[in-house]
Amino acid sequence: MEKYDVIVIGGGVVGTAVLRSLSAYKAKVLLLEKSSDVASGASRANSGIVHAGYDAEPGTKKAYFNVKGAATFPSLTRELHVPYKMTGSLVAAREGGLPALEELKRRADLNGVKAEILPAEKVRALEPNISREILYALYAPEAGVVSPYKLTIAQADHAVVNGAEIRLEEKVVALSKRGDEFFVRTDRGEYAASYVVNAAGAGAAEVNGLIGEEAPVETHAVGDYYILDSTAAGIVNTVVFPLPDEKGKGILVAPTADGNVILGPTSRKVPHDEAERCEVTPEGLALVREGVLRLIPSVDLRKVIRVYAGTRTAVGGDFIIEESTRFPRYFMLLGICSPGLTSAPAIGEYVAGEAAASLGLEKKQSMLPLPHKFRLSEASAEEIRGKVLSDPSFGRIVCRCEKVTEGEILAAIRSPLPARTVDAVKRRVRAGMGRCQGGFCRPRVMEILSRELGVPLSEIRLGDAGSEIAPYEVKQNYGKI
Amino acid sequence: MERFDVAVIGGGPAGMAAALAAREKGATVALLERDDRLGGILNQCIHNGFGLHYFGEELTGPEYAKRFRDKVLADAGITVFLEAMVLSLTEDRVVTALSPTKGLVEIEAGAVVLAMGCRERSAGAIALAGTRPAGIYTAGMAQRLCNVEGYLVGKEVVILGSGDIGLIMARRMTSEGAKVKLVAEIMPFSSGLKRNIVQCLNDYDIPLRYSTTVTRVTGKNRLTGVYVAPVGEGLRPDLSREEYIPCDTLLLSVGLIPENDLLTGSRVEMSRVTSGAVVDEYRQTSVPGIFSAGNVLHVHDLVDNVSEEARIAGAAAADYAQGALSAGETLSVTAADGVRYALPQRVHAGEGTVRLYFRVDKVYRGRTVVVTSGGEVIKRKKTLVMAPGEMQYIEVDRALFKGDVSVRTEE
Repeated sequence: MEKYDVIVIGGGVVGTAVLRSLSAYKAKVLLLEKSSDVASGASRANSGIVHAGYDAEPGTKKAYFNVKGAATFPSLTRELHVPYKMTGSLVAAREGGLPALEELKRRADLNGVKAEILPAEKVRALEPNISREILYALYAPEAGVVSPYKLTIAQADHAVVNGAEIRLEEKVVALSKRGDEFFVRTDRGEYAASYVVNAAGAGAAEVNGLIGEEAPVETHAVGDYYILDSTAAGIVNTVVFPLPDEKGKGILVAPTADGNVILGPTSRKVPHDEAERCEVTPEGLALVREGVLRLIPSVDLRKVIRVYAGTRTAVGGDFIIEESTRFPRYFMLLGICSPGLTSAPAIGEYVAGEAAASLGLEKKQSMLPLPHKFRLSEASAEEIRGKVLSDPSFGRIVCRCEKVTEGEILAAIRSPLPARTVDAVKRRVRAGMGRCQGGFCRPRVMEILSRELGVPLSEIRLGDAGSEIAPYEVKQNYGKI
Repeated sequence: MERFDVAVIGGGPAGMAAALAAREKGATVALLERDDRLGGILNQCIHNGFGLHYFGEELTGPEYAKRFRDKVLADAGITVFLEAMVLSLTEDRVVTALSPTKGLVEIEAGAVVLAMGCRERSAGAIALAGTRPAGIYTAGMAQRLCNVEGYLVGKEVVILGSGDIGLIMARRMTSEGAKVKLVAEIMPFSSGLKRNIVQCLNDYDIPLRYSTTVTRVTGKNRLTGVYVAPVGEGLRPDLSREEYIPCDTLLLSVGLIPENDLLTGSRVEMSRVTSGAVVDEYRQTSVPGIFSAGNVLHVHDLVDNVSEEARIAGAAAADYAQGALSAGETLSVTAADGVRYALPQRVHAGEGTVRLYFRVDKVYRGRTVVVTSGGEVIKRKKTLVMAPGEMQYIEVDRALFKGDVSVRTEE
């Protein structure tokens, strides 16, 4: 049985942040993820907002980690080559909304977050397309947008570059502690560890149950989103929220870090299994449209290229970030809902520090950097010329909409944490994320995966097991025409 | 920087026909194709029915493409760039393309013909509700996987939309042993060709339900079924009559969109109806020297019409590059009373005749097509049946043009 210093359960943005921070120590660390890729749960489909930190109640863990996390984003995303923009955010209020903004402003001050209440004309100067009914807004200049799955993937890659291990498609089915040692059994193997971090997101309460730790009551919510084509970019410049209500931060309109526009989410309370299915509902989409039109009336819904739903799990009002008292060295991260993405890097740092102190781990002198990858869409003419000359696959465009080359797809498949599925390729390089949604490139991406992985095309999956895209051979294989 | 009289962007049926027509006028031609072979989508259309009008015989897609490809490749005056994706086009007609063998290529052209074809509307574009499993494809993607790669996407199929590719795939998947349970069409009529409904659905007893749509899909990793419901006013589904159909595959054949991404931010005037450029009878856009033809201009139902149209554009582009295309005042061509759009949208008065292509907005029986110019009727044509899925045309004498032109129908 392989023995590790630390095992992290769950490959979301929090789990991979913990793993990355742990890889800064001289330690043998492993992350177990049940899906075919990291960022397969809540980290995959959320608003991608780096919250400034005015919303969380002062004194809470949410407030602490949000503010601390947000401050790391400019340097972290540069280091990990993750799309991030400090766009600023607005909480837009109508008539009668001023007291609510003042409350947010009070929280901002207590949390140490830059924010100011702007009158209508200044709001309009920032957002010319905002509804005429918006009379004030709370402006937080340091809020931003990030690609949540690219951050998760980059954290995972960086951890692997620095010696961490990640095993995908291994679901933890049993967890126990004998003496000082934890035993983690998955559907594929068994591992021992001195320290375990439960970062299983929507499955975290279930993992607590496995070891016999109290499983707090979770509430699951599903939210619907629209993504607009990049030609809609510019409709908003900042993240535009309505006033928050009891359901959450409300339906927002925001630029995405990758250059699209995101609209949503709704918040529909669901049982656990429904949260896993993550269904888009027509009613939810109608609510998004309604909410968005109240903020930005001129939004062009003909530019929708994708609708999807995301899930989030809450446990009471605050994050649970603590070591178990019953099972020392079992660390629990539960209910990391919004602002979980923003908080993740700070949580990772904190948990790794706790584990290191507990185990007496020594910090490495330095971490190896995550190499930058060539992106045609970001490269200058000169860079493109040089790159194609040295490797022609960077001159072969596979995804037309997002201008992604074969070379970039190959690099994703050969990443520290390799892409093994069509969705994994898509999340790394954006092939299939444009306006045709893979209409042209998906068969080509499948061909490349098939060639690289050395398996027949019929075995190439969209994502998890059972998601083969073209599972049968035609009766008469005519071969390549 | 390489220099050609005419640069043709796209090496499908439109691009090849345009390139050959430009050559007949003596122009030097660069033909840029993003795939590794010429022919475009025809290469995956292994069914027959192509060429009845253009060649007077029935060909498969690859055969139709080959007729043009052989000529193009044999013509030393056409420089073919394969795997060359055009990244930008400037108003003074500098085309920048990327290819694995040549890297970044810059071409300065006397005239440009846009022939990039179209793409399929996706599940995202129709805001499909439900889960996001494998098993949902545009019909063309399933067609490519089947006919080019040799793999079948599923065994129990529902098709949303009755566009031609969906109809063709209903037959194709049936012939491969799949069961096509239903074709659901949200409109009360099909956007496909009548002959495809007969030959691909009726002949195989595949049910087609009009005014019906897919409301939701189920299944976590692989599709397990779809809900369908009839639609009422405003195309809103009547959820009280929702019906569940177990299936592992949903094909979408819900429309084609001209692929004009290259024109984003350009001054080329676009039509909101066709999603293609606004052109005159030479298929010249509002930016002089830039022409457009085929499915990138407006979606055709027959490739024969694509070839015809591209010949016009290719020849005119060669004339323009050689300074032989006469400019002058144009009259506008608009659509009314049952006509969804007419193309070209602008015409010059002069000699000879011009064909005005148009599509109707629903099925009409026994209507008369009327063309007016400057408020006077200049042509009438009685028709038996006109359907939105079948492009119509009417030929008019250019000498009769006295003012702006309108194409409409009347009882």
